[in-house]
Amino acid sequence: MAEASSSVNNGVNVAALIEAREAFTKAPAAAQFKWRAACEWKDGTHTHSTVEGFYGLGQEQHHKKTFTFDADHPEIFASEDKGATPIEYVLVGLASCLTAGIAAVAQYRNIQLRSVTATLEGDMDLQGILGVDDDVRNGFGGIKVTYKIDADAKREDIEALVAQSQKRSAVYDIVTNPTNVTVVVD
Amino acid sequence: MSSCLSERSIDHVVLERGEVAHTWRTERWDSLRLLTPNWQSRLPGFSYIGDDPDGYRILTEVIAFIASYADAISAPVLTHTTVTTVRSTESGYLVRTDQGDWLCRAVVVASGACNVAHVPGFANKVPRSIMQLTAQEYRNPDQVADGGVLVVGASSSGTQIAQEIHHSGRTVILSVGEHIRAPRVYRGRDLQWWMDAAGVLGERYDEVDDIAKARRVPSLQLAGTPDRSTLDLNSLTEIGVKLVGRFGGISENGRAQFSGSLRNMCALSDLKMRRLLDRIDEWAQKKGFDAAVGPPYRLPPTHVEPAPPLGMDLTSGKIKAIIWATGYRPDYSWLEVPVLDRKGRIQHDGGVVSSPGMYLIGTQFLRRRKSGLIDGAGDDARDLSAHLMSYLDSRLA
Repeated sequence: MAEASSSVNNGVNVAALIEAREAFTKAPAAAQFKWRAACEWKDGTHTHSTVEGFYGLGQEQHHKKTFTFDADHPEIFASEDKGATPIEYVLVGLASCLTAGIAAVAQYRNIQLRSVTATLEGDMDLQGILGVDDDVRNGFGGIKVTYKIDADAKREDIEALVAQSQKRSAVYDIVTNPTNVTVVVD
Repeated sequence: MSSCLSERSIDHVVLERGEVAHTWRTERWDSLRLLTPNWQSRLPGFSYIGDDPDGYRILTEVIAFIASYADAISAPVLTHTTVTTVRSTESGYLVRTDQGDWLCRAVVVASGACNVAHVPGFANKVPRSIMQLTAQEYRNPDQVADGGVLVVGASSSGTQIAQEIHHSGRTVILSVGEHIRAPRVYRGRDLQWWMDAAGVLGERYDEVDDIAKARRVPSLQLAGTPDRSTLDLNSLTEIGVKLVGRFGGISENGRAQFSGSLRNMCALSDLKMRRLLDRIDEWAQKKGFDAAVGPPYRLPPTHVEPAPPLGMDLTSGKIKAIIWATGYRPDYSWLEVPVLDRKGRIQHDGGVVSSPGMYLIGTQFLRRRKSGLIDGAGDDARDLSAHLMSYLDSRLA
């Protein structure tokens, strides 16, 4: 467990995380969260999404401000490229989840981080989404995440940070495991 | 525990639903060997005296060992006596059995941690044409339908069953979730010897950072192999067992879905193993033990193919049987004293249960890392019998 006197500072409030874990162990209802997003079609393949409210700790919660995300497709798909593609948002979600996890685990393990950068690449065979070949899936064939990490730790400890972050990552779990998705029309 | 209670002249009985070593007699597969070496099964006043201290007992030897211990200590065992309920009374506990009732001042729960095989909820979506067995029900390959077999779980049971079924000539796919890899022999000594000598097994529950987490850690991927070889994912891959990720669910059209996390599951396991070996090497160096054993080395990382399959059609007829080696849960359905937490675990402090006069023994990391091993029973029983005695004394005072 992290020592209170630790001089390691990755900007993560580990004490608060540990406190939350203890509180949720005693009151699991408070641990039930709902994350939300809204999306509006603009034109062509351009959409505008917003994220503002969510539910947790037994009540409605709000971000400090409304975050917005424009998604589109690049010009080679005859689109106007007004935003990143939805699948790039998936890569962004995975990268930011894993990287935040690395910082939290590093703080917990008293490892000072100096820099952490990740590059991500997902392979996709477009024959899937275009319906050319039914044997090809729509989604990524695979995703490769490459980290460069400068920290006060042995390589082995850094590898352990990255492995533990995957073990505890929500987006990694969503991407690697099946999830029931229900889409309805109101 | 019975031996320690007798030593303290505490009047007691041991209630056993079947014969002594019932679980070993009825709920284990035929070829199973104890995963700890012969020398390591040390019970109070009783240890191995044979010419194969480094060997691993076969099932019948384990049964004989436990039965002969019961004889040696003249344990007051009442066999074929099934406990139906335990409830609190004003003076202690009322224990109802199918052979009559007992009133007692103290109860020691020693019914074990592995009573019910745990199977994931989606098992009911497995097509009816596929035979399903748990590791608890599995006996030998003859019992398993001919054809491809999916073994789910890669700890000690799953890896051994996968290997045995593969050797029976079937195609075996092994679904791998969290597990902890361990070499059987390291630097010429059994891993259990190292863990015992370096104090890893003796580590106490009040010395570790997070005991709740330590109690949840899967058991080591160790097998009592006759040739003392290491059974791990690499050795299974080598003989032709196919590794896939954790079994995550079954889709509407009968397709098994495997997690894309296989690489990380193996990485976590390799890292944990390396940390254990680092600790052993540090201890050996500090104790000046390096000259007596071979030099330190590391096992090659677990080999994972570039793109392990993420799914498999369960309706194609290729897979004829699924064996669930996905862990066990204790059965406390007979326990009517409010000591369980919301996950059904007994709340206790190193085996001292929250209800006065009730004790727990024989579960993972109860008081020490070795608590789940036969070798761990002695120290725990000595501690808990001392506590039990002072509890009885305080009630008399």
